[in-house]
Amino acid sequence: MAARLRAPGFYRAGVMMVGAVAFATLLTWAVRASTGHSTFHHFIEANAILTVSLLAVPLAFLIGIGGFDYWFYWAIGKKTRAEDHSGHGAYSWKDYFRINTDHKVIGVQYTVTSFFFLLVGGLIAMLMRAELAQPGAQFVDANTFNGLFSVHASLLIFLFIIPVFAGLANFVLPLMIGAPDMAFPRLNALSYWLLPIAGVMMIASFFAPGGAFADGWTAYAPLSDNAPIGQTFFSVAVQFAGASSIMTALNFLVTIITMRAPGMSFFRLPLLVWANFATSLLVVIATPFIAASQFFVLLDRALRFNFFNAAKGGDVLMYQHVFWFYSHPAVYIMMLPGFGIISEIIAVKSRKPIFGYRMMAFSLLAIVALGFTVWAHHMFTSGMAAWIRIPMAVTTAIIAVPTGIKIFSWLATLWRGVLHLDTPMLFALGFLTTFTLGGISGVMLAMVPFDIHVSATYFIVAHIHYVLFGGSLMTIFAGVYYWFPKMTGRMYDERLGRWHFWTTFILFNLTFGPMHVLGLQGMPRRVATYASQFSSMNLFISIASFGLGLSTLIFIYNMVTSWRGGPRAVGNPWRGLTLEWQVSSPPPVFNFDRVPTVVGGPYEYGVPGAVHGTFAPPATAGASAGIVGAPSQ
Amino acid sequence: MPSRRSLSVASAAALIATALGILISYLIHWFPAQASTQAHNTDVLYHVLVIASIPIFVLVVTVILFSVWQFRVRPGEELKDGPPIHGNTRLEVLWTAFPAVLLLGLVSYSFVVLHDNEQGRPASEIQIQATGQQFAWSYQYPPSVTGGAPVTSDKLYVPKGQSVYFNIRAKDVIHAFWIPAFRLQEDAVPGITTHWRVTPTRLGSFPVVCNLLCGLGHSLMRSTVHVVTPTQFRTWIKAQASTASAGAGGAASGTGTTG
Repeated sequence: MAARLRAPGFYRAGVMMVGAVAFATLLTWAVRASTGHSTFHHFIEANAILTVSLLAVPLAFLIGIGGFDYWFYWAIGKKTRAEDHSGHGAYSWKDYFRINTDHKVIGVQYTVTSFFFLLVGGLIAMLMRAELAQPGAQFVDANTFNGLFSVHASLLIFLFIIPVFAGLANFVLPLMIGAPDMAFPRLNALSYWLLPIAGVMMIASFFAPGGAFADGWTAYAPLSDNAPIGQTFFSVAVQFAGASSIMTALNFLVTIITMRAPGMSFFRLPLLVWANFATSLLVVIATPFIAASQFFVLLDRALRFNFFNAAKGGDVLMYQHVFWFYSHPAVYIMMLPGFGIISEIIAVKSRKPIFGYRMMAFSLLAIVALGFTVWAHHMFTSGMAAWIRIPMAVTTAIIAVPTGIKIFSWLATLWRGVLHLDTPMLFALGFLTTFTLGGISGVMLAMVPFDIHVSATYFIVAHIHYVLFGGSLMTIFAGVYYWFPKMTGRMYDERLGRWHFWTTFILFNLTFGPMHVLGLQGMPRRVATYASQFSSMNLFISIASFGLGLSTLIFIYNMVTSWRGGPRAVGNPWRGLTLEWQVSSPPPVFNFDRVPTVVGGPYEYGVPGAVHGTFAPPATAGASAGIVGAPSQ
Repeated sequence: MPSRRSLSVASAAALIATALGILISYLIHWFPAQASTQAHNTDVLYHVLVIASIPIFVLVVTVILFSVWQFRVRPGEELKDGPPIHGNTRLEVLWTAFPAVLLLGLVSYSFVVLHDNEQGRPASEIQIQATGQQFAWSYQYPPSVTGGAPVTSDKLYVPKGQSVYFNIRAKDVIHAFWIPAFRLQEDAVPGITTHWRVTPTRLGSFPVVCNLLCGLGHSLMRSTVHVVTPTQFRTWIKAQASTASAGAGGAASGTGTTG
């Protein structure tokens, strides 16, 4: 037992977490006693202990499971345990519950964890729609309702869309560039384990005194400054989710820059790699800003710093500027990796090269640059200086140009191809239509007089779901089906996949389409009850949303049964040229038995004798024996 | 290459879909009552945006459906590849430049509408202050409007056909002062005064909605704006002023100033 408590793992983590609570209690008492405040008998003291615990307990957990062991040994001058990769690979489901430095294991951990939070977030959405089926109070009170939509958005943004893209890329990106792993495997493991902490903390806020954080995922001050303790759960959880994002993004950047296989120049990179390169730039530059905004709120709440207290010289609007300086680029963080997935699928499933490859790469970089110049379009009605609206409206309109380039390039890639309309391709084509609608409503919102009317209404709810569900989630489903054979070594059930697509696509539009009209008609968002004139449309939306929720069960059933007992997948079921398809499914523990050499572009479909990568030594590259993935004629 | 016949079928279908879409966009009842000159301008802007958007959406969907119809894999083609077309610079320049011009045109037009909606009409303009507080709106009518003591009321009356300049304030957290029938809103922010300007054009009563989450009672933070004739407005405000001065003298003192 003693050995178990010393070895990294859940036992040691449990002991350390208890120790962290004791530390938080003693620290709070010591500080309060030394400054002449009451101890042992005041609820403020309980809040203080809880606040310190929220920071200390997760760190204790991470130390306990061994996330920092290597660096601690190194720091105190002890002999470090060199990474011999003996822990690579997962041989039973239990291996996924340990610290593991294998990017393929981490990719699966990330993806499965994220989908768990998708289900939680989706269930919360259905509770909200049950409440909204009729005007007036049905099932939950106003405080619970405000908590539901706040936790719904926070989970799906910070614990689903952002990390699931990191998970898929974690699995396929090193394979695509011909690398044996990510550049920093220990950092990779640590960045995964920060995620469940953030998610559990957000869900646990429902059990906090005063209920869950209830000020929306935007947590506008000064409302959030004076909210019950649940708000602190959000402020701290965002720090952990943000730290996870930043670590992963750094890891991707270094991996892409330094670990490409011989011959893999930047303009031979698959567009998924380009997309994650662009996304990682956004993450490392932008994410510190949301961390800052939530630290400001935390300091306002815990120690009365008065950053956002106007009566004490605070600046209320500053919160929104700092918050949106992250949270607008964040919508591109939640979209660019999806663009990468769609480029892979459309090229392979149309059997044609991507139309305008270089423009596809440059448009990603243009979105990165422009993405930092549009944040105040979320603040057209905020009361900021009026002139700021003009340049921000212009940049918001212009950022649609690089996005339009991508849409047109995908359409041109379809043209005269040989289209394989299986599940990944159906989701890709569905994405093109729903995302175009989301883009169009986005351009409308750039028009200031129109935005003034619909800002913060159901029109915004419709727009954001057309972009994040019709956009991001469609690409995530497409990507999961596309790489399912590679990740699990099994084929999914194609018939169920098609059912999943059609139910999702139709019910999605029935759920979120009518919300545009509700917003134009004057229904505000974030309300538990509404004027009776909106009741029939809300009932319709609620019924459609329950169907949409149920359609996810088809997906879950397909994934679980196929992973357990689907037919074995071959190495390259889609006849793709990119490197991840040139190894077995699932890939060998160290990805490549021989280092691949890249000799051509990634999408040379239809070019006679074209080769992207070969496993022959460079001197004989192209010799017929070494050619892999040559397209069949 | 796809046959000329299939291309003409697709083009015809796209034209019909565009025409139908624009027709339907006029039949749908998008907005609540239109009760101000600003609302009229904004609604016209919206219709222009919809008309500009429909052909673009139809183009995208047409290309997708046409490709599914004409280019889907046929029996025996399972191992076939498409032609290796890598790009077309002329086409790529076109689909970069055309949307850029269209978008800059639309955003310029939106600035014209914005300027029209916000330009001052000082000759006959009156000022009213709207104050947000969890979870109710109150309104302060300054001496320049009442002709006597300032009046504070939970009722909002505005005269038809006259420009009204709102000074918007918040006492606790951020609220948003939104009147959907006017198509105007602005946040009420602690510590600063914000504004909007409206010329009501239709008699009647319309909802005033708090449109920024302000806490537990946010859903119910509602009020009503009554658009009345200038004569009715003067009568109403006089009655308020006399009850205010008859009441606890200066109940509204200090709140009638405008920012």
